[in-house]
Amino acid sequence: MLPEKFTLEVVTPARLVVRETVSGAQIPVRGGYIGVLAGHTPLLAEMGIGELSYHAGSRTYSCTSMGGFVEVLADRVIVLADSAERVEEIDVPRAQAARDRAQKRLAAPNDPNVDWKRAEEALERAQVRLQVAAKAGVPSVADSGHAAS
Amino acid sequence: MPTLLDFRRRIRSVRNTQQITRAMKFIAAARLRRAQETALSLRPYAGGIREVLRSAMSRIENPEQFPLLAQRPEERVLVLVTSGERGLCGAFNANVLRRAFEFLREKNDKSVEVIAIAKKSRDSFRKRSWKIAAEYVDVTTRADLGKAREIAAEVMKIYEAHQADSVYLIYNEYRNVLMQTLRVEKLLPLERAALATPGKNSPPASSADAVDYIYEQPAAEIFNKLVPRYVEMQIYRMLAETSAAEHAARMTAMESATSNASDVIDALTLHMNKVRQAAITREIIEVVSGAASAG
Repeated sequence: MLPEKFTLEVVTPARLVVRETVSGAQIPVRGGYIGVLAGHTPLLAEMGIGELSYHAGSRTYSCTSMGGFVEVLADRVIVLADSAERVEEIDVPRAQAARDRAQKRLAAPNDPNVDWKRAEEALERAQVRLQVAAKAGVPSVADSGHAAS
Repeated sequence: MPTLLDFRRRIRSVRNTQQITRAMKFIAAARLRRAQETALSLRPYAGGIREVLRSAMSRIENPEQFPLLAQRPEERVLVLVTSGERGLCGAFNANVLRRAFEFLREKNDKSVEVIAIAKKSRDSFRKRSWKIAAEYVDVTTRADLGKAREIAAEVMKIYEAHQADSVYLIYNEYRNVLMQTLRVEKLLPLERAALATPGKNSPPASSADAVDYIYEQPAAEIFNKLVPRYVEMQIYRMLAETSAAEHAARMTAMESATSNASDVIDALTLHMNKVRQAAITREIIEVVSGAASAG
């Protein structure tokens, strides 16, 4: 008989973001999303940039997750992310500013000063943040999303 | 017999010292707050990556294929000794260095090299003319990930080049403001035997220990990123812990120095008043007896 729930931990070098007993999770690994339920076969993967969502009780929560590693075991999932934030912590104006900045950089194809990889990653991070925030219904007007204060 | 003026001078001098110790206490307290936050919030991640790697070690078929996981007979040892950056923090530096030299004695049948981290550690090894493989100063006042990466790169280079068969960390771990714990940890190689035993390290439910992972991408690719990350994080953690512990030790030391100074001032003041009273009494007697003889 397999257990129905497992422990999900999302940690970054800066802090512990999530530690909860959940019934399922979608995890953004490199190259796509994986769905995890309790009793999953052990799995080790590198994380991508994306939305990590998990079900606890009858609700679904989501957070952003950028880079790092994930280990899936039957009763426990550890996400070692480079950075991660819960949806209410997303700084929408900042993400918008970052997206605009990155787009401007990428729009100048001949500029030798542009670090392409960095700009692309920055754009991706900003877009994920905005998507996750938008899905959770955080309006994308200035000075909302400062849930941290 | 010391005069009143002597007492006043000494009291003033002690009070000056007290002002300095009090200021140092406040500076240490302010730095401690930030250092403590860094150290405490890093712990879940550092612990997590260690656990993941442990569990991974017991699953993968042939860990020896990764240079950083290779097990070799321990003949050459590399020790990273992290002290505080400055003095005036009680026995903080003395303790960690004493433990370090104890450790070096234990290993004296092997060839041991030292990486000295922070000024006090470097000075101490230099004075004893130890062979220092590398030194890093100015790193524990504020733990910095970039610096940790630099140290980690050096450590991994030495290990991969077979110039060391094992790597240890010696440092102070922050417990609370009044307490530090001396830690001696083995950084590399990760021990496979210890990991495979179910028990205190692995939670009982991960009993499917022998099962290999499914990989979303080639195992080598993951390991070649995960293991260096682990080394970096453990070193970063060592710096963060030392930083918090050092500021805590300094704060405590300066706190007691300040209160000792108060005690000294009180004692000197009491003494001074006694001397003054004695002088007044003597003068009165002189006046009275002079008046008596004149009358």
